[in-house]
Amino acid sequence: MTAGFVELDRVRLQYREGDEFALDQTSMTIKEGEFVAVVGPSGCGKSSLMKLVTGLMPPTEGTVIVNGQEVTDPISIVGMAFQASTLLPWRTTLQNVMLPLEIVQPHRSRLRRHRTEYEDKARALLAEVGLSGCEDKHPWELSGGMQQRANLCRALIHEPRLLMLDEPFGALDAFTREELWDTLQALWMEHRFTVILVTHDLREAAYLADTIYVMSKRPGRILEVRKNDIPRPRDQDTSFTQPFVDLVHELRDHIRTVRAT
Amino acid sequence: MSTTSNAASTRPPAAAPASGETAADTAAKPTRAATASAPPARKRRPMLKRVADHKGAKRAAPWVTTLGLFVVWELAVRGFDVPQSVLPTASESFAAIWTYRDAIWMHAAQTLFTTVVGFAVAVVFGLVLGALVGSSRTIYDALNPMLIGFNSVPKVAVVPILVMWFGIGTVPAILTAFLISFFPIVVNVATGLATLEPELRDVLRSLGATRRDILMKVGFPRAMPFFFASLKIAITLAFVGSVLSETVASDLGVGYLMISASSKFNMPLLFAGLLVIAAMGIAMYELFNQIERRSTRWATRGSGGQ
Ligand SMILES: Nc1ncnc2c1ncn2[C@@H]1O[C@H](COP(=O)(O)OP(=O)(O)OP(=O)(O)O)[C@@H](O)[C@H]1O
Ligand SMILES: [Mg+2]
Repeated sequence: MTAGFVELDRVRLQYREGDEFALDQTSMTIKEGEFVAVVGPSGCGKSSLMKLVTGLMPPTEGTVIVNGQEVTDPISIVGMAFQASTLLPWRTTLQNVMLPLEIVQPHRSRLRRHRTEYEDKARALLAEVGLSGCEDKHPWELSGGMQQRANLCRALIHEPRLLMLDEPFGALDAFTREELWDTLQALWMEHRFTVILVTHDLREAAYLADTIYVMSKRPGRILEVRKNDIPRPRDQDTSFTQPFVDLVHELRDHIRTVRAT
Repeated sequence: MSTTSNAASTRPPAAAPASGETAADTAAKPTRAATASAPPARKRRPMLKRVADHKGAKRAAPWVTTLGLFVVWELAVRGFDVPQSVLPTASESFAAIWTYRDAIWMHAAQTLFTTVVGFAVAVVFGLVLGALVGSSRTIYDALNPMLIGFNSVPKVAVVPILVMWFGIGTVPAILTAFLISFFPIVVNVATGLATLEPELRDVLRSLGATRRDILMKVGFPRAMPFFFASLKIAITLAFVGSVLSETVASDLGVGYLMISASSKFNMPLLFAGLLVIAAMGIAMYELFNQIERRSTRWATRGSGGQ
């Protein structure tokens, strides 16, 4: 078996001794540049999975390997975004986007002398997600959708090779959410980082992912790995085609049986 | 003294109104409500509303209420024929300020000095201790009982000890001002640091941020509204501390001035002392209120400093 970019090998996770496992016998192999979606019932351990892969928490058993190395501490080749946008209200949008550059090496030591260069990069990224002109606004002056766009930029500014998204569009209305799918797809097709996207929205998974993992109820295991070969770029029309509709139905059936057991 | 902790302890930054405004707001509101509930007077409503909402009216409101208080005081004392030995009139008290202006000036300067020095020490100490307590669960657990115990001790009971160590005068006043005012600063800074959203911490940690990074990039900026809110409370408490110490153990300061006035049954001078302390307290409170508004505009999402 060829090793993937992200490799989970029979991982188990227990928050406290005596607790039921949050994750059980979870194995995944994700290729570099792959777009993965993880779906499953609430409380099945999706967010826990994110914490394991980013090294925020060690697994109780099993190994997590990213980029050929076992993950024991946080690894800076990841970018992260959550449902809550977690932008800092005292910083402008541009300053928010530049935050990772103040922390991650080698940018951290280069930032002071190459400030304008980095600022241009941040502006370009903001322009890519349609936020030109908002650089000097504070997050609370932006709409929810705009905040999530800025949040994506912050997750991507240091050019991570792995993007971890935990229900990033969960709090948005349907129209804004679907707009952001296109934004994310465009970013991904342009930069080709690896993505692990946790979502409740099966259409979102079908729209964006190459591979969809369906998880069981707690203790979370991988029940089903579904390849999604619908050609890209996918657009709003794609979501009305038969293969797309069939895929969403299939996923829904899976989730229904998972919840019923 | 007991109001110290609950006033300062849990104040979410977003909900913190700039307290300077509230006086003006509440003064303006009854007028608005009254006109709204009286349909026949509809024609006059815009004008009344305009007067109430007028910037000048807003600014004048606290002065008007203060002046009103003095007028009521004056009229009540005169009307009920209260003897001066019980309660002097407002005008007699202000007259006393003028009569004793040289002495008051000297003593007020001393009180202001000890208060500000004690407060400054409290700010430094409170920031450091608050940072320690707020950034580490272990330190919090270790220090918390001691801090609470310390804060429960009436500071008037500490003054005699300070006098034994440092003699009477400036040093005990400064120390009392410090001891009484550092607690709200510690609590607020610690609260601000400790209530960091877990997601935010995760985002930073996943980037490889050290504890120090997290503290500098997020912890302290986030704690600033809490910190500035506590300064307003701390400065007024510092006045309580220094005056308290002066009344017990000093031959200088407004506290001492009032004690000596009371031994001479000089009621107007006693009230003059009260007015001077209140005026200094209000001035310092307003100073830190302005600083707070200016430095933490984001905490009120831009709507605080209209
Ligand atoms: N810090 C924690 N301490 C103890 N148990 C936890 C902790 N975090 C999560 N859990 C438990 O682990 C399980 C998995 O939680 P997790 O947050 O990973 O679920 P999730 O799949 O992300 O759920 P949702 O879809 O609702 O976000 C849950 O049953 C939860 O109760
Ligand atoms: Mg979750």
